Amino acid sequence: MTATLEAPVRDAATEAPRRPRRAWPFTTAPVRVAAPIAVFVLVIAAWAAASHLLVPEASRFLLPSPEAVIAQGLLDPVARTEILTALWNTVQVALCGLVIAIVLGTVFAVVMSQARWAEFSLYPYAVVLQTVPILAVVPLFGFWFGYEFGSRVIVCVMVSLFPVITNTLFGLKSVAPAEHDLFTLHGANRLQRLLKLQLPAALPAMISGFKISGGQAVIGSIVADFFFRQGVPGVGRMIDVYRQRLATEELLTALLLSSLVGLCLFWAFDLLAGRVDRMHGKR
Amino acid sequence: MSIDPALAFRGTSLTFANGTRALDGIDLEIRPGEFVSLVGPSGCGKSTMLRLAAGFETATAGSVEVGTRRLGYVFQESTLLPWRTVARNVELPAELAGVPKAERREAAADAIARVGLAGFEKHRPSQLSGGMRMRASIARALTMRPELFLFDEPFGALDEITRQHLNSEVGTLFSRDGFAGVFVTHSVPESVFMSTRVVVLTGRPGVVAANIPVPFDFPRDPELRYTAAFADIAAEVSAALRGAKQEAAA
Repeated sequence: MTATLEAPVRDAATEAPRRPRRAWPFTTAPVRVAAPIAVFVLVIAAWAAASHLLVPEASRFLLPSPEAVIAQGLLDPVARTEILTALWNTVQVALCGLVIAIVLGTVFAVVMSQARWAEFSLYPYAVVLQTVPILAVVPLFGFWFGYEFGSRVIVCVMVSLFPVITNTLFGLKSVAPAEHDLFTLHGANRLQRLLKLQLPAALPAMISGFKISGGQAVIGSIVADFFFRQGVPGVGRMIDVYRQRLATEELLTALLLSSLVGLCLFWAFDLLAGRVDRMHGKR
Repeated sequence: MSIDPALAFRGTSLTFANGTRALDGIDLEIRPGEFVSLVGPSGCGKSTMLRLAAGFETATAGSVEVGTRRLGYVFQESTLLPWRTVARNVELPAELAGVPKAERREAAADAIARVGLAGFEKHRPSQLSGGMRMRASIARALTMRPELFLFDEPFGALDEITRQHLNSEVGTLFSRDGFAGVFVTHSVPESVFMSTRVVVLTGRPGVVAANIPVPFDFPRDPELRYTAAFADIAAEVSAALRGAKQEAAA
Protein backbone atom coordinates (compact mmCIF):
# COMPACT_ATOMS: atom_id res chain seq x y z
CA MET A 1 0.00 0.00 0.00
CA THR A 2 2.81 2.42 0.86
CA ALA A 3 4.37 1.89 -2.55
CA THR A 4 1.28 3.15 -4.33
CA LEU A 5 1.40 6.38 -2.34
CA GLU A 6 4.81 7.14 -3.85
CA ALA A 7 3.54 6.75 -7.41
CA PRO A 8 3.13 10.05 -9.25
CA VAL A 9 -0.49 11.03 -9.71
CA ARG A 10 -1.31 11.87 -13.29
CA ASP A 11 -4.60 13.24 -14.41
CA ALA A 12 -5.08 12.85 -18.15
CA ALA A 13 -7.74 15.54 -18.25
CA THR A 14 -5.58 18.30 -16.80
CA GLU A 15 -2.42 17.56 -18.73
CA ALA A 16 -1.82 19.53 -21.90
CA PRO A 17 -2.51 17.44 -25.00
CA ARG A 18 0.73 16.17 -26.45
CA ARG A 19 1.85 17.68 -29.74
CA PRO A 20 3.32 15.26 -32.28
CA ARG A 21 7.06 14.98 -31.75
CA ARG A 22 9.54 16.68 -34.06
CA ALA A 23 11.84 13.68 -34.54
CA TRP A 24 10.14 12.60 -37.77
CA PRO A 25 11.15 15.35 -40.22
CA PHE A 26 8.58 14.63 -42.94
CA THR A 27 6.14 17.30 -41.81
CA THR A 28 8.42 20.33 -42.12
CA ALA A 29 7.91 22.86 -44.90
CA PRO A 30 10.94 22.03 -47.14
CA VAL A 31 10.04 18.35 -47.10
CA ARG A 32 6.43 19.15 -47.97
CA VAL A 33 7.62 20.86 -51.14
CA ALA A 34 10.57 18.59 -51.95
CA ALA A 35 8.78 15.25 -51.47
CA PRO A 36 6.10 15.69 -54.17
CA ILE A 37 8.77 17.06 -56.54
CA ALA A 38 10.88 13.95 -55.92
CA VAL A 39 7.88 11.77 -56.73
CA PHE A 40 7.27 13.84 -59.88
CA VAL A 41 10.86 13.33 -61.04
CA LEU A 42 10.64 9.59 -60.35
CA VAL A 43 7.41 9.24 -62.32
CA ILE A 44 8.78 11.22 -65.27
CA ALA A 45 11.97 9.12 -65.21
CA ALA A 46 9.95 5.89 -65.18
CA TRP A 47 7.81 7.21 -68.01
CA ALA A 48 10.89 8.18 -70.07
CA ALA A 49 12.48 4.80 -69.41
CA ALA A 50 9.33 2.94 -70.42
CA SER A 51 8.96 5.00 -73.57
CA HIS A 52 12.57 4.59 -74.68
CA LEU A 53 13.24 1.03 -73.52
CA LEU A 54 9.92 -0.83 -73.78
CA VAL A 55 8.20 0.67 -76.82
CA PRO A 56 9.79 0.05 -80.25
CA GLU A 57 10.67 3.13 -82.31
CA ALA A 58 7.94 2.45 -84.89
CA SER A 59 5.06 2.37 -82.35
CA ARG A 60 6.43 5.16 -80.14
CA PHE A 61 3.10 7.03 -80.64
CA LEU A 62 1.58 4.59 -78.12
CA LEU A 63 3.73 6.09 -75.38
CA PRO A 64 5.71 9.13 -76.49
CA SER A 65 8.55 10.22 -74.23
CA PRO A 66 8.09 13.15 -71.83
CA GLU A 67 10.42 15.37 -73.83
CA ALA A 68 8.41 14.68 -77.00
CA VAL A 69 5.21 15.62 -75.17
CA ILE A 70 6.72 18.88 -74.00
CA ALA A 71 8.15 19.65 -77.43
CA GLN A 72 5.02 18.91 -79.45
CA GLY A 73 2.34 19.70 -76.91
CA LEU A 74 3.65 22.69 -75.02
CA LEU A 75 6.49 24.28 -77.02
CA ASP A 76 4.83 24.04 -80.42
CA PRO A 77 2.90 27.33 -80.69
CA VAL A 78 0.00 25.98 -82.78
CA ALA A 79 -0.67 22.96 -80.57
CA ARG A 80 -0.18 25.03 -77.43
CA THR A 81 -2.68 27.71 -78.48
CA GLU A 82 -5.16 25.03 -79.48
CA ILE A 83 -4.88 23.18 -76.18
CA LEU A 84 -4.84 26.28 -73.96
CA THR A 85 -7.89 27.76 -75.73
CA ALA A 86 -9.77 24.50 -75.25
CA LEU A 87 -8.60 24.31 -71.64
CA TRP A 88 -9.82 27.84 -70.92
CA ASN A 89 -13.28 26.96 -72.31
CA THR A 90 -13.33 23.82 -70.14
CA VAL A 91 -12.22 25.72 -67.04
CA GLN A 92 -14.88 28.41 -67.49
CA VAL A 93 -17.60 25.76 -67.65
CA ALA A 94 -16.13 23.87 -64.66
CA LEU A 95 -15.81 26.96 -62.44
CA CYS A 96 -19.30 28.12 -63.26
CA GLY A 97 -20.66 24.63 -62.50
CA LEU A 98 -18.67 24.41 -59.29
CA VAL A 99 -19.94 27.74 -57.96
CA ILE A 100 -23.54 26.78 -58.74
CA ALA A 101 -23.03 23.33 -57.16
CA ILE A 102 -21.65 24.92 -53.98
CA VAL A 103 -24.59 27.32 -53.67
CA LEU A 104 -27.22 24.75 -54.61
CA GLY A 105 -25.67 21.94 -52.53
CA THR A 106 -25.46 24.17 -49.46
CA VAL A 107 -29.10 25.22 -49.87
CA PHE A 108 -30.16 21.56 -50.24
CA ALA A 109 -28.18 20.54 -47.16
CA VAL A 110 -29.60 23.42 -45.11
CA VAL A 111 -33.16 22.44 -46.08
CA MET A 112 -32.44 18.82 -45.16
CA SER A 113 -30.92 19.87 -41.83
CA GLN A 114 -34.05 21.77 -40.84
CA ALA A 115 -36.48 18.86 -40.78
CA ARG A 116 -36.14 15.08 -40.65
CA TRP A 117 -38.87 14.64 -43.23
CA ALA A 118 -37.02 16.90 -45.66
CA GLU A 119 -33.88 14.81 -45.20
CA PHE A 120 -35.77 11.53 -45.64
CA SER A 121 -37.54 12.76 -48.77
CA LEU A 122 -34.57 14.40 -50.49
CA TYR A 123 -31.53 12.35 -49.54
CA PRO A 124 -32.18 9.36 -51.85
CA TYR A 125 -32.25 11.73 -54.81
CA ALA A 126 -28.99 13.32 -53.74
CA VAL A 127 -27.50 9.82 -53.81
CA VAL A 128 -28.98 9.21 -57.27
CA LEU A 129 -26.93 12.19 -58.50
CA GLN A 130 -23.89 10.14 -57.63
CA THR A 131 -25.09 6.78 -58.96
CA VAL A 132 -26.69 7.77 -62.26
CA PRO A 133 -24.44 6.83 -65.22
CA ILE A 134 -23.36 10.28 -66.32
CA LEU A 135 -22.38 9.00 -69.79
CA ALA A 136 -26.03 8.17 -70.46
CA VAL A 137 -27.29 11.47 -69.11
CA VAL A 138 -24.98 13.73 -71.09
CA PRO A 139 -26.59 13.02 -74.52
CA LEU A 140 -30.03 13.56 -72.97
CA PHE A 141 -28.98 16.94 -71.64
CA GLY A 142 -27.80 17.71 -75.18
CA PHE A 143 -31.29 16.95 -76.53
CA TRP A 144 -33.02 18.94 -73.83
CA PHE A 145 -30.82 21.93 -73.20
CA GLY A 146 -28.67 22.18 -76.35
CA TYR A 147 -24.91 21.90 -76.60
CA GLU A 148 -23.73 25.30 -75.44
CA PHE A 149 -22.37 26.71 -72.21
CA GLY A 150 -25.52 26.31 -70.07
CA SER A 151 -25.98 22.66 -70.89
CA ARG A 152 -22.33 21.90 -70.07
CA VAL A 153 -22.64 23.73 -66.78
CA ILE A 154 -25.64 21.56 -65.87
CA VAL A 155 -23.50 18.43 -66.34
CA CYS A 156 -20.81 19.92 -64.08
CA VAL A 157 -23.33 20.82 -61.40
CA MET A 158 -24.74 17.32 -61.53
CA VAL A 159 -21.41 15.56 -60.96
CA SER A 160 -20.11 17.96 -58.31
CA LEU A 161 -23.28 18.48 -56.25
CA PHE A 162 -23.24 15.33 -54.11
CA PRO A 163 -19.98 15.94 -52.18
CA VAL A 164 -21.21 19.43 -51.29
CA ILE A 165 -24.55 18.12 -50.04
CA THR A 166 -23.24 15.21 -47.94
CA ASN A 167 -20.36 17.10 -46.37
CA THR A 168 -22.43 20.18 -45.58
CA LEU A 169 -25.24 18.10 -44.10
CA PHE A 170 -22.74 16.14 -42.03
CA GLY A 171 -21.20 19.40 -40.80
CA LEU A 172 -24.53 21.00 -39.95
CA LYS A 173 -25.60 17.94 -37.97
CA SER A 174 -22.35 17.42 -36.09
CA VAL A 175 -22.74 20.46 -33.82
CA ALA A 176 -22.12 19.47 -30.17
CA PRO A 177 -25.38 18.94 -28.20
CA ALA A 178 -24.18 21.34 -25.47
CA GLU A 179 -23.78 24.11 -28.07
CA HIS A 180 -27.35 23.50 -29.20
CA ASP A 181 -28.41 23.69 -25.53
CA LEU A 182 -26.64 27.03 -25.24
CA PHE A 183 -28.63 28.42 -28.15
CA THR A 184 -31.85 26.91 -26.74
CA LEU A 185 -31.14 28.54 -23.37
CA HIS A 186 -30.90 31.96 -24.98
CA GLY A 187 -34.01 31.51 -27.09
CA ALA A 188 -32.26 31.46 -30.48
CA ASN A 189 -34.56 31.12 -33.46
CA ARG A 190 -33.89 28.78 -36.39
CA LEU A 191 -32.15 31.39 -38.48
CA GLN A 192 -29.84 32.46 -35.62
CA ARG A 193 -29.03 28.83 -34.87
CA LEU A 194 -28.24 28.22 -38.53
CA LEU A 195 -26.16 31.35 -39.16
CA LYS A 196 -24.38 31.72 -35.85
CA LEU A 197 -23.90 28.06 -34.89
CA GLN A 198 -24.51 25.40 -37.53
CA LEU A 199 -22.98 27.01 -40.62
CA PRO A 200 -19.78 28.23 -38.92
CA ALA A 201 -19.40 24.82 -37.26
CA ALA A 202 -19.96 23.08 -40.60
CA LEU A 203 -17.44 25.18 -42.53
CA PRO A 204 -14.46 22.76 -42.26
CA ALA A 205 -16.60 19.81 -43.42
CA MET A 206 -18.07 21.93 -46.23
CA ILE A 207 -14.62 22.78 -47.55
CA SER A 208 -13.68 19.07 -47.58
CA GLY A 209 -16.68 18.62 -49.84
CA PHE A 210 -15.60 21.49 -52.09
CA LYS A 211 -12.18 19.86 -52.48
CA ILE A 212 -13.78 16.76 -53.99
CA SER A 213 -16.27 18.75 -56.05
CA GLY A 214 -13.56 20.87 -57.69
CA GLY A 215 -12.00 17.86 -59.44
CA GLN A 216 -15.43 16.45 -60.28
CA ALA A 217 -16.47 19.71 -61.96
CA VAL A 218 -13.43 19.67 -64.25
CA ILE A 219 -14.16 16.06 -65.21
CA GLY A 220 -17.84 16.90 -65.77
CA SER A 221 -16.89 19.74 -68.09
CA ILE A 222 -14.62 17.46 -70.14
CA VAL A 223 -17.13 14.61 -70.28
CA ALA A 224 -19.93 16.93 -71.48
CA ASP A 225 -17.66 18.37 -74.16
CA PHE A 226 -16.45 14.90 -75.22
CA PHE A 227 -19.97 13.58 -75.79
CA PHE A 228 -21.61 16.71 -77.17
CA ARG A 229 -19.20 17.00 -80.13
CA GLN A 230 -20.88 20.33 -80.81
CA GLY A 231 -20.63 23.88 -79.55
CA VAL A 232 -17.46 25.67 -78.44
CA PRO A 233 -14.74 22.98 -78.21
CA GLY A 234 -13.05 22.28 -74.91
CA VAL A 235 -10.52 19.74 -73.75
CA GLY A 236 -13.02 16.87 -74.18
CA ARG A 237 -13.37 17.49 -77.89
CA MET A 238 -9.64 18.01 -78.41
CA ILE A 239 -8.94 14.68 -76.68
CA ASP A 240 -11.27 13.02 -79.17
CA VAL A 241 -9.63 14.80 -82.11
CA TYR A 242 -6.11 13.89 -80.95
CA ARG A 243 -7.16 10.29 -80.42
CA GLN A 244 -8.35 10.05 -84.02
CA ARG A 245 -5.16 11.73 -85.27
CA LEU A 246 -3.00 9.42 -83.12
CA ALA A 247 -1.47 12.66 -81.77
CA THR A 248 -0.61 11.16 -78.40
CA GLU A 249 1.74 14.00 -77.47
CA GLU A 250 -1.06 16.56 -77.66
CA LEU A 251 -3.47 14.13 -76.04
CA LEU A 252 -1.18 13.70 -73.04
CA THR A 253 -0.56 17.45 -72.81
CA ALA A 254 -4.31 18.13 -72.70
CA LEU A 255 -4.76 15.39 -70.10
CA LEU A 256 -1.94 16.61 -67.86
CA LEU A 257 -3.00 20.26 -68.03
CA SER A 258 -6.63 19.40 -67.12
CA SER A 259 -5.38 17.37 -64.15
CA LEU A 260 -3.27 20.36 -63.12
CA VAL A 261 -6.39 22.56 -63.13
CA GLY A 262 -8.15 20.09 -60.80
CA LEU A 263 -5.06 20.03 -58.59
CA CYS A 264 -4.96 23.84 -58.41
CA LEU A 265 -8.62 23.92 -57.35
CA PHE A 266 -7.81 21.37 -54.66
CA TRP A 267 -4.88 23.44 -53.41
CA ALA A 268 -7.00 26.59 -53.34
CA PHE A 269 -9.58 24.89 -51.14
CA ASP A 270 -6.82 23.36 -49.02
CA LEU A 271 -5.46 26.86 -48.38
CA LEU A 272 -8.93 28.01 -47.42
CA ALA A 273 -9.30 24.96 -45.14
CA GLY A 274 -6.07 25.92 -43.39
CA ARG A 275 -7.39 29.42 -42.72
CA VAL A 276 -10.69 28.08 -41.39
CA ASP A 277 -8.89 25.58 -39.18
CA ARG A 278 -6.81 28.37 -37.67
CA MET A 279 -10.00 30.36 -37.13
CA HIS A 280 -11.45 27.32 -35.34
CA GLY A 281 -8.29 27.01 -33.26
CA LYS A 282 -7.09 23.79 -34.89
CA ARG A 283 -3.71 23.43 -36.61
CA MET B 1 -41.22 31.76 3.82
CA SER B 2 -43.09 34.55 2.15
CA ILE B 3 -40.74 34.90 -0.83
CA ASP B 4 -41.38 32.72 -3.86
CA PRO B 5 -38.74 30.06 -4.48
CA ALA B 6 -36.22 30.74 -7.24
CA LEU B 7 -36.58 27.14 -8.34
CA ALA B 8 -39.00 24.45 -7.21
CA PHE B 9 -39.39 20.81 -8.16
CA ARG B 10 -42.84 19.51 -7.21
CA GLY B 11 -43.27 15.78 -7.63
CA THR B 12 -41.09 16.07 -10.72
CA SER B 13 -40.55 12.93 -12.77
CA LEU B 14 -38.88 12.48 -16.11
CA THR B 15 -39.06 9.33 -18.19
CA PHE B 16 -37.24 9.45 -21.52
CA ALA B 17 -38.87 8.23 -24.74
CA ASN B 18 -36.77 5.05 -24.56
CA GLY B 19 -38.29 4.20 -21.18
CA THR B 20 -35.35 5.26 -18.97
CA ARG B 21 -36.60 6.81 -15.74
CA ALA B 22 -34.24 9.69 -14.96
CA LEU B 23 -36.16 11.25 -12.09
CA ASP B 24 -39.03 9.95 -9.99
CA GLY B 25 -41.07 12.34 -7.88
CA ILE B 26 -38.45 14.89 -6.82
CA ASP B 27 -39.52 17.56 -4.31
CA LEU B 28 -37.05 20.38 -3.77
CA GLU B 29 -37.27 24.14 -3.25
CA ILE B 30 -34.40 26.55 -3.71
CA ARG B 31 -34.95 30.09 -2.36
CA PRO B 32 -33.24 33.34 -3.34
CA GLY B 33 -29.98 33.70 -1.43
CA GLU B 34 -29.47 29.95 -1.22
CA PHE B 35 -26.61 28.11 -2.88
CA VAL B 36 -27.52 24.44 -3.15
CA SER B 37 -25.17 21.69 -4.28
CA LEU B 38 -26.62 18.51 -5.70
CA VAL B 39 -24.44 15.46 -5.09
CA GLY B 40 -25.16 11.86 -5.85
CA PRO B 41 -23.85 8.83 -7.72
CA SER B 42 -23.61 8.93 -11.51
CA GLY B 43 -26.97 8.50 -13.17
CA CYS B 44 -29.01 9.77 -10.21
CA GLY B 45 -30.42 12.56 -12.36
CA LYS B 46 -28.74 15.59 -10.81
CA SER B 47 -27.75 17.04 -14.20
CA THR B 48 -31.22 16.21 -15.47
CA MET B 49 -32.66 18.47 -12.76
CA LEU B 50 -30.65 21.39 -14.15
CA ARG B 51 -31.69 20.53 -17.69
CA LEU B 52 -35.33 20.63 -16.55
CA ALA B 53 -34.79 23.99 -14.84
CA ALA B 54 -33.19 25.42 -18.00
CA GLY B 55 -35.99 24.09 -20.19
CA PHE B 56 -33.83 21.65 -22.19
CA GLU B 57 -36.11 18.83 -21.03
CA THR B 58 -39.78 18.80 -20.02
CA ALA B 59 -41.04 16.93 -16.96
CA THR B 60 -43.27 13.95 -17.77
CA ALA B 61 -45.05 14.29 -14.39
CA GLY B 62 -45.15 16.94 -11.68
CA SER B 63 -43.80 20.40 -12.37
CA VAL B 64 -40.69 22.57 -12.37
CA GLU B 65 -41.23 26.19 -11.34
CA VAL B 66 -38.61 28.76 -12.22
CA GLY B 67 -39.16 32.08 -10.43
CA THR B 68 -37.14 34.27 -12.79
CA ARG B 69 -36.37 34.77 -16.45
CA ARG B 70 -32.80 35.82 -15.67
CA LEU B 71 -31.12 32.44 -15.83
CA GLY B 72 -27.39 31.74 -15.88
CA TYR B 73 -26.19 28.29 -16.95
CA VAL B 74 -22.63 27.00 -16.89
CA PHE B 75 -22.17 23.78 -18.82
CA GLN B 76 -19.85 20.86 -18.08
CA GLU B 77 -17.62 21.96 -20.93
CA SER B 78 -16.99 25.64 -21.48
CA THR B 79 -19.06 25.43 -24.74
CA LEU B 80 -17.34 28.48 -26.17
CA LEU B 81 -17.70 28.75 -29.95
CA PRO B 82 -14.14 28.16 -31.23
CA TRP B 83 -14.43 30.64 -34.11
CA ARG B 84 -15.39 33.54 -31.83
CA THR B 85 -13.08 35.57 -29.62
CA VAL B 86 -13.65 35.64 -25.86
CA ALA B 87 -15.47 38.98 -26.16
CA ARG B 88 -17.71 37.77 -28.98
CA ASN B 89 -18.48 34.57 -27.07
CA VAL B 90 -19.43 36.49 -23.96
CA GLU B 91 -21.75 38.79 -25.90
CA LEU B 92 -23.53 35.89 -27.61
CA PRO B 93 -26.57 35.78 -25.25
CA ALA B 94 -27.19 39.51 -25.73
CA GLU B 95 -26.61 39.17 -29.46
CA LEU B 96 -29.24 36.43 -29.68
CA ALA B 97 -31.63 38.60 -27.68
CA GLY B 98 -31.13 41.48 -30.13
CA VAL B 99 -29.39 43.88 -27.75
CA PRO B 100 -27.69 46.75 -29.67
CA LYS B 101 -23.99 46.28 -30.35
CA ALA B 102 -22.58 49.06 -28.16
CA GLU B 103 -24.66 48.02 -25.18
CA ARG B 104 -23.75 44.34 -25.37
CA ARG B 105 -20.05 45.16 -25.90
CA GLU B 106 -20.08 47.10 -22.67
CA ALA B 107 -21.90 44.37 -20.74
CA ALA B 108 -19.47 41.77 -22.08
CA ALA B 109 -16.40 43.83 -21.15
CA ASP B 110 -17.83 44.27 -17.68
CA ALA B 111 -18.47 40.53 -17.21
CA ILE B 112 -15.02 39.66 -18.57
CA ALA B 113 -13.40 41.99 -16.06
CA ARG B 114 -15.43 40.46 -13.23
CA VAL B 115 -14.00 36.98 -13.88
CA GLY B 116 -10.46 38.35 -14.18
CA LEU B 117 -10.08 37.88 -17.93
CA ALA B 118 -9.51 41.55 -18.83
CA GLY B 119 -6.85 41.73 -21.54
CA PHE B 120 -7.93 38.41 -23.09
CA GLU B 121 -10.98 39.78 -24.96
CA LYS B 122 -9.42 39.23 -28.39
CA HIS B 123 -8.14 35.71 -27.66
CA ARG B 124 -9.79 32.67 -29.14
CA PRO B 125 -10.83 29.81 -26.83
CA SER B 126 -8.04 27.58 -28.20
CA GLN B 127 -5.48 30.09 -26.92
CA LEU B 128 -6.76 29.85 -23.34
CA SER B 129 -6.17 27.31 -20.57
CA GLY B 130 -9.04 25.15 -19.34
CA GLY B 131 -9.53 27.36 -16.30
CA MET B 132 -9.62 30.54 -18.39
CA ARG B 133 -12.12 28.98 -20.78
CA MET B 134 -14.33 28.20 -17.80
CA ARG B 135 -14.00 31.82 -16.59
CA ALA B 136 -15.11 33.04 -20.01
CA SER B 137 -18.04 30.64 -19.80
CA ILE B 138 -19.00 32.06 -16.39
CA ALA B 139 -18.65 35.61 -17.78
CA ARG B 140 -21.06 34.70 -20.57
CA ALA B 141 -23.61 33.53 -17.99
CA LEU B 142 -23.02 36.67 -15.90
CA THR B 143 -24.15 38.91 -18.80
CA MET B 144 -27.66 37.57 -18.08
CA ARG B 145 -27.39 39.19 -14.60
CA PRO B 146 -28.75 35.87 -13.31
CA GLU B 147 -31.16 35.58 -10.41
CA LEU B 148 -30.92 31.81 -10.74
CA PHE B 149 -27.45 30.47 -11.54
CA LEU B 150 -27.14 26.82 -12.59
CA PHE B 151 -23.77 25.02 -12.65
CA ASP B 152 -23.60 21.58 -14.25
CA GLU B 153 -20.36 20.01 -12.94
CA PRO B 154 -18.41 22.92 -14.39
CA PHE B 155 -14.99 22.31 -12.82
CA GLY B 156 -14.76 18.51 -13.13
CA ALA B 157 -12.09 18.62 -15.84
CA LEU B 158 -9.86 21.20 -14.12
CA ASP B 159 -6.83 20.62 -11.92
CA GLU B 160 -7.31 20.93 -8.18
CA ILE B 161 -5.64 24.35 -7.79
CA THR B 162 -7.62 25.98 -10.59
CA ARG B 163 -10.73 24.33 -9.28
CA GLN B 164 -10.30 25.77 -5.79
CA HIS B 165 -9.61 29.23 -7.23
CA LEU B 166 -12.81 29.11 -9.23
CA ASN B 167 -14.75 27.74 -6.23
CA SER B 168 -13.72 30.83 -4.26
CA GLU B 169 -14.52 33.18 -7.12
CA VAL B 170 -17.99 31.77 -7.65
CA GLY B 171 -18.43 32.16 -3.87
CA THR B 172 -17.45 35.83 -4.17
CA LEU B 173 -19.89 36.37 -7.03
CA PHE B 174 -22.60 34.70 -4.96
CA SER B 175 -21.97 36.82 -1.88
CA ARG B 176 -22.05 40.04 -3.96
CA ASP B 177 -24.90 39.31 -6.37
CA GLY B 178 -27.08 37.23 -4.08
CA PHE B 179 -28.46 34.98 -6.80
CA ALA B 180 -29.89 31.56 -6.07
CA GLY B 181 -27.28 28.99 -7.04
CA VAL B 182 -27.61 25.31 -7.94
CA PHE B 183 -24.34 23.44 -8.31
CA VAL B 184 -24.05 19.87 -9.54
CA THR B 185 -20.84 18.08 -8.53
CA HIS B 186 -19.29 14.71 -7.79
CA SER B 187 -16.93 16.14 -5.21
CA VAL B 188 -17.97 16.14 -1.54
CA PRO B 189 -15.50 18.86 -0.40
CA GLU B 190 -16.50 21.05 -3.34
CA SER B 191 -20.19 20.67 -2.54
CA VAL B 192 -19.64 21.65 1.10
CA PHE B 193 -17.31 24.56 0.29
CA MET B 194 -19.66 26.06 -2.30
CA SER B 195 -23.05 25.74 -0.65
CA THR B 196 -25.42 26.94 1.98
CA ARG B 197 -27.07 23.54 1.69
CA VAL B 198 -26.04 20.17 0.24
CA VAL B 199 -28.74 17.94 -1.23
CA VAL B 200 -27.82 14.26 -1.51
CA LEU B 201 -29.71 12.26 -4.13
CA THR B 202 -30.10 8.47 -4.20
CA GLY B 203 -29.47 6.68 -7.46
CA ARG B 204 -31.52 5.63 -10.45
CA PRO B 205 -34.00 7.26 -10.55
CA GLY B 206 -33.12 10.06 -8.16
CA VAL B 207 -34.89 10.79 -4.88
CA VAL B 208 -33.75 13.35 -2.28
CA ALA B 209 -31.98 11.34 0.46
CA ALA B 210 -30.59 14.12 2.66
CA ASN B 211 -30.68 17.90 3.10
CA ILE B 212 -27.55 19.04 4.91
CA PRO B 213 -27.20 22.76 5.82
CA VAL B 214 -23.74 24.36 5.65
CA PRO B 215 -23.73 27.33 8.04
CA PHE B 216 -20.42 29.08 7.15
CA ASP B 217 -20.45 32.76 6.11
CA PHE B 218 -19.56 34.04 2.64
CA PRO B 219 -17.10 34.85 1.21
CA ARG B 220 -15.38 31.73 2.47
CA ASP B 221 -11.68 31.44 3.13
CA PRO B 222 -9.99 28.58 1.20
CA GLU B 223 -8.52 27.43 4.55
CA LEU B 224 -12.06 26.65 5.68
CA ARG B 225 -11.55 23.29 3.96
CA TYR B 226 -9.10 22.26 6.69
CA THR B 227 -11.24 23.08 9.74
CA ALA B 228 -12.88 20.47 11.95
CA ALA B 229 -16.35 21.95 11.43
CA PHE B 230 -15.91 21.59 7.66
CA ALA B 231 -14.72 18.00 8.01
CA ASP B 232 -17.76 17.15 10.16
CA ILE B 233 -20.17 18.34 7.47
CA ALA B 234 -18.17 16.64 4.71
CA ALA B 235 -18.34 13.41 6.73
CA GLU B 236 -22.09 13.79 7.06
CA VAL B 237 -22.48 14.27 3.27
CA SER B 238 -20.19 11.31 2.66
CA ALA B 239 -22.21 9.11 5.01
CA ALA B 240 -25.45 10.10 3.26
CA LEU B 241 -23.83 9.28 -0.10
CA ARG B 242 -22.69 5.88 1.16
CA GLY B 243 -26.22 5.19 2.29
CA ALA B 244 -27.43 6.25 -1.11
CA LYS B 245 -24.97 3.93 -2.78
CA GLN B 246 -25.94 0.95 -0.65
CA GLU B 247 -29.56 1.60 -1.39
CA ALA B 248 -28.82 1.73 -5.12
CA ALA B 249 -26.89 -1.54 -4.91
CA ALA B 250 -29.62 -3.30 -2.94
